[in-house]
Amino acid sequence: MKTKLKPISRKVSAKRAVATIAAQPVVPLKERRLTFGGKWDYAPAPEESRNYVITPRHELFINGKFVKPRSGKYFPSINPATEEKLTEIAAADEADVDKAVKAARRAYEKVWSKMPGRERGKYLYRIARIIQEKMRELAVLESMDGGKPIKETRDVDVPLVAAHFFYHAGWADKLKYAFPGRTPRPLGVAGQIIPWNFPLLMAAWKIAPAIACGNTVVIKPSKTTSITLLRLAQIFQEAELPEGVVNVVTGSSETGTAMVKHPDVNKIAFTGSTEIGKQLAQLCVGTGKKLTLELGGKAANIVFEDAPIDQAIEGIIAGIYFNMGHVCCAGSRLLVQEGIYPKVVRKLRDRIQTLRLGNPLDKNTDIGAINNKPQLEKIRELVQCGVAEGAELVQSSCTLPERGYWYPPTFLTGVTASHRVAQEEIFGPVLSVMTFRTPEEGFERANNTPYGLSAGVWTDKGSKIFKIVNQLRAGVVWANTYNKFDPTSPFGGYKESGFGREGGLQGLAAYCRLD
Amino acid sequence: MAEERAAAFTKRSIKTSAKLAGLKMVVSMMDLTTLEGKDTPGKVAYLCRKALQPADPKYNVPTCAAVCVYPNMVKYARKFLGENSPVHVASVATGFPSGQFPLPTKLNEVRRAVADGADEVDMVINRCAFLAGDHAKVFDEIAATKEASGPAHLKVILETGELVTYDNVRLASEIAMQAGADFIKTSTGKVSPAATMPVTLVMLEAIRDYFFATGVRIGMKPAGGIRNAKQALHYLVMVKETLGDDWLTPGLFRFGASTLLNDVLMQIAKTVDGNYQGPDYFSLP
Repeated sequence: MKTKLKPISRKVSAKRAVATIAAQPVVPLKERRLTFGGKWDYAPAPEESRNYVITPRHELFINGKFVKPRSGKYFPSINPATEEKLTEIAAADEADVDKAVKAARRAYEKVWSKMPGRERGKYLYRIARIIQEKMRELAVLESMDGGKPIKETRDVDVPLVAAHFFYHAGWADKLKYAFPGRTPRPLGVAGQIIPWNFPLLMAAWKIAPAIACGNTVVIKPSKTTSITLLRLAQIFQEAELPEGVVNVVTGSSETGTAMVKHPDVNKIAFTGSTEIGKQLAQLCVGTGKKLTLELGGKAANIVFEDAPIDQAIEGIIAGIYFNMGHVCCAGSRLLVQEGIYPKVVRKLRDRIQTLRLGNPLDKNTDIGAINNKPQLEKIRELVQCGVAEGAELVQSSCTLPERGYWYPPTFLTGVTASHRVAQEEIFGPVLSVMTFRTPEEGFERANNTPYGLSAGVWTDKGSKIFKIVNQLRAGVVWANTYNKFDPTSPFGGYKESGFGREGGLQGLAAYCRLD
Repeated sequence: MAEERAAAFTKRSIKTSAKLAGLKMVVSMMDLTTLEGKDTPGKVAYLCRKALQPADPKYNVPTCAAVCVYPNMVKYARKFLGENSPVHVASVATGFPSGQFPLPTKLNEVRRAVADGADEVDMVINRCAFLAGDHAKVFDEIAATKEASGPAHLKVILETGELVTYDNVRLASEIAMQAGADFIKTSTGKVSPAATMPVTLVMLEAIRDYFFATGVRIGMKPAGGIRNAKQALHYLVMVKETLGDDWLTPGLFRFGASTLLNDVLMQIAKTVDGNYQGPDYFSLP
C-alpha cells in the first residue's frame, strides 16, 4: 500500500521524501486500528474506606437533633456497586415533615431571620471549612452511597460543595450590594427536594444560598442517596448552626409531596425529573409559594468541521460519561458536521475503549455504577429501543462486574431527530450521534427539543461561536469546553428544563424577596 | 482541553505490579543523554556502561534504549558499546541545538555521525524558517536530512519551547512526519520549557492521525524536564491511553533524559525491597 500523502515541498526534496517515506512499513488500510489491551494494565488502587464507619441506622435531622420517625419505619440504603446494604434510613411521614417545618419556622422567626448577615456568614464559612477538612471522608461516602467514581467525588463533587458554601458565605453580609436600590428580605421556610445524581452538591446548591439569605430549610434527599446529606447534618451540628435552621427529612416521593403541600412552606426548590417537576408545580398553584425547578435535559453538543477534533472528543466524553451520564446537563445529543462524521465516530470508538469501568473506590475508575436498578432498566430499555429503531450500537468491550448495577459506555450512530433516543432523556452513559450540514441546521436541530438546559459548541472560529450561542435556547452554553461548574455562574433551564437559576446573583435572588 | 486531558493522565494511580512493570519499561525506553561542551571520551564511557547495566542484576532491569551524544562523541560511544550493542548510539545533529547553520554544514554533520557509527540521528528543525512562515523550507531540510541519515533512524526535534503554541506544534509535527521523520521529539533540553505533557499529547494526537491517514507508525520522544519516576509513568499512561499498546515499545516511544534514570532505579529498588536506599547505592552515569 502506497501512502497518498502529497509532500508540501516546492523543490527537489519532494521526490526524495516520497522515496524515504515509501521505505517505512505501512499498515494496510483495513488493519489500521489502535489496541487498548492489557499490555501494561494498572493494578487496583482502591481508596482506603475502612476508617469511615457508616452507622447501621440513620434518623431524621429535625431541630438540630437526630430523631426517630413517628412511624418507626426505615428503608434500606444499598451500595449500587455491590448491592450490599449500607444502612437503613428513616422514612418520614406527614407528621415528621410537619415537625420539621415547625422547627424551621421557629428557627426562622426567633433566630435566623433576625441575625445580622455577617453573623450568618460566619456559620457558612465554618461549615465550608469543616467540609474541606472532611473532604476525603465525604468523597468516600458519596462514592459508596451513589456508585460515583472516587476520582469525581474527590475532585469535583466535594470541592464544589465547599466552594458553594464559601461563595454564599461571602454574600451573607453583602446582600444589599447584590441588588442595588432594592431591599432583599428572606422568604421564610424553604422546602427543598434534591436528586440522587449529585447528592451533596445539590444539597449545597440548595442550602447555601437559602441560609445565606436568612431563610431556614427543610430538605429531602432522594431515597437512594441519603447518607451524605445526613453526614452534612452532623457537620451543621459541629458548626453549631442554630437548631432548626436546616432540617433533613428522608423518605420517598410521598415525603416530598407532604413537604410541598405543607401550608407553612414559603418556597419550593426542586431538582429532578420533568415529570415530577410538573406535578409539584401543580401542587404550588394558587398557594403563593415561590417555586424554582431544575429539571431534565437533552443537550446538544455541536461539533463543527473546523473544531480541534481531539479536544472536542474530550469534551464529548466529559459531556456524556461524566458521572455515568447521570447529569441533567449531559451532552447526550452529539451533532457532528457531516464532513467529519466518520472521523469523529472512529475517535469516539477508540476513546470509550480507554474508559475504565469498575469499583467506584478505585482511583483509576472512570465509570462507576448506575445509581439504582430502575434507572439501569430505563437505560437498557431506551438503548434497545434505539437499536430497534435502526441505530447502530457501539459499546466499550469492558467487562462488567457480576454484582451491582452497571452499564458500559455506549453510543448510538445513525440516529435522527425522529428516534426516541434523540428525544428522551436517557440519564445514563449513552450518547446519540447525529449529523448536520450548516450552522443554521446545527442550531435548529440543537433547539429541536422540549428541553433547554445546556448546549455545547466546538469550533476554532470565534465569530461562529458568538453567532451560534445567541441562537441556542439553553440556560447554559459552553464553547470549546463542557460541564464546567462554578458557584458564581447561574445554572438553570428553558422550556421543560425548568425555570429559575441557581448559583451566582440570579441564584441568590431566588431566595430573596426584593422590596 | 489539552491541558485538562494531560492533567487527567496524572491522576492515574500506578501501584505495585503496574508500577514495577512501568518503571522497567521506562528504563528500556530511555535515551541516556549527555550533551555538554565538557563531554569527553571518559564521560561517554561512564554513560555507555550505565546504559548497558543500569542497576544491580538482581533487579532484572533492562538496558537503556540508547545513549544520546554530540556528533564528536559518536565514535567513542560506538567503541565503548561495540558493534552489535543492544544499546543504540544516537547523535544529535544539524547544528544542535539552534539549527542556525547552513544546510550543507548540517548535512555533512549528519553523514559524519552516521559514518562514525550513529544508529539514530536527532536533528533539530529550522525554527527560523518555521516562524518566518517558510514551512516548505522546514520540510525540505528534514527530507534532506532523512536522505543524509541513510539507514539511521531520524528523530526530528521540534523545539516546542520556541514554537510556543499548540497549533505550531501540531503543524510542525505534521511537516516532520510527512518529510520522513521516524520519530518526532519535543525539545533539545536547552530551551525552557522543554517537554510538557500537553505538548506531548498534541504530538501524540498528530501521530495518531498520521497513522490513520498513511498506515505508518511514527515514534515519539519527549525530552528534557522529565526528572522523576512519577512523571515518567504519567507519560507512559498518556501513550497507553492515546496510542494504545502498539506504541508501548522502545521502537516507538523514548524518553530523552539524563537524571531520570537513577530516580527510576531508586523506585524500582523500593518497590522490590520495600524500602528506599540512598543515592550512593546507584552508580552515576
